Amino acid sequence: MKELLLLIVASALVNNVVLSQFLGLCPFLGVSKKIETAAGMGAAVVFVITIASAVASLIQNFVLIPLKLEFLQTIVFILVIAALVQFVEMVLKKVMPALYNALGVYLPLITTNCAVLGIAVINAQKNYGLINSIVNGFGTAVGFTIAIVLLAGVRERIEFNDFNPSWKGSPMVLITSGLMAIAFCGFAGLI
Amino acid sequence: MNKNIERLYNGIIKENPTFVLMLGMCPTLAVTVSATNGLGMGLSTTAVLVVSNALISLLRKIIPDKVRIPAFIVIVASVVTVVQLLLQAYVPAVYDALGIYIPLIVVNCIILGRAESYASKNGIVESAFDGIGMGLGFTIALTCIGFVRELLGAGSVFGRVIIPEDFHISILVMAPGAFFVLACLTALQNKFKMPSATNVAGGSSIVCGGNCTSCSETVCAENHKKIAAAKAEEAKKAAAEKAAKAEAAKAKKAAEAAAAETKPDGNE
Repeated sequence: MKELLLLIVASALVNNVVLSQFLGLCPFLGVSKKIETAAGMGAAVVFVITIASAVASLIQNFVLIPLKLEFLQTIVFILVIAALVQFVEMVLKKVMPALYNALGVYLPLITTNCAVLGIAVINAQKNYGLINSIVNGFGTAVGFTIAIVLLAGVRERIEFNDFNPSWKGSPMVLITSGLMAIAFCGFAGLI
Repeated sequence: MNKNIERLYNGIIKENPTFVLMLGMCPTLAVTVSATNGLGMGLSTTAVLVVSNALISLLRKIIPDKVRIPAFIVIVASVVTVVQLLLQAYVPAVYDALGIYIPLIVVNCIILGRAESYASKNGIVESAFDGIGMGLGFTIALTCIGFVRELLGAGSVFGRVIIPEDFHISILVMAPGAFFVLACLTALQNKFKMPSATNVAGGSSIVCGGNCTSCSETVCAENHKKIAAAKAEEAKKAAAEKAAKAEAAKAKKAAEAAAAETKPDGNE
């Protein structure tokens, strides 16, 4: 239990997926204009990454390793994730329309989120079992949500600030992310 | 032959994937701690791009239109796996340095973007040259960013230390430094109004706001098309306006001339 908690803290804060591993930068910079959309994106990411890391871990441990096909990892994972996102979208639409309406817009965007594939590959490289993979995936996704919501909050604040026009837009977003990355470096002492 | 050279020029300078199109930002930020890493990542991506472009161009008439994206992904993933195994076997140092970012070449939007927007419509040789051009553009960009970060952050050039340790700005080789370097780069591009994806005037009506740092994979190819279309329309509008103005001026002149002509008439 203690080990799993440590894993969550490590993946969410210490090795934050966006700010220290640079995965999933595209939605991080793109969908962070407003807190609500950022939170929606974060929720969708938590949902998809947790399921995807579970499925990828099952495939890795019960199909690829017994058959000695680990070298097919990349191909299998990317296909499974793409299919999974489509599938999750269809199931949600049918079973939980309310949740679908809340997350629907963000789901297709996630197929192209490199964090999903990244986590699956990291789990496989570290030889995590099913439980550890799910916990690691969940922690990472929570870390993503924390980062994107914080960035959206800062962006809402600085939107009308008066600074040099050359720095308006993406340069200032990048500077903000850089400062956040420095702050997240401080979590390194936690573990 | 000329067309092939044009593809190279297009990839390296006119549509440089990093500096102009702002694609593939994740590996750009992650691996550019040193020039060597940037070079390794760039060359691996180039290899994948060339082979996948050629294969996709070769198979473009066989792949049904409806399943083209999954088919492209499978082709790209296979090529990436081959490159990964080759690196592991022959250049283990680069393999260890790049780590997880090698399998992630699959989701690099430059590759699917080129497959979708160029290789699926053009011949094999041109597509291969397009891959070489884009790949070299990416390599040069990564090496440059890596060079700057390594020089200022670790005081070395390709691993050889030339600046004494007291003068290192070591934050530049850490994670936050990547964001700062890229921020300076885009700010400079904005300052000098250089052609860049971050420079779309006034934002556009597209979901992502025309901000290409936010796009990835297939979405970006589509958005780029939309932006190009919007730009073309704007140019058309401007041209039409100019023409209308010119016509109005002409009409005015003609009217004046006519008035001038009629004046003496009236005087008579």
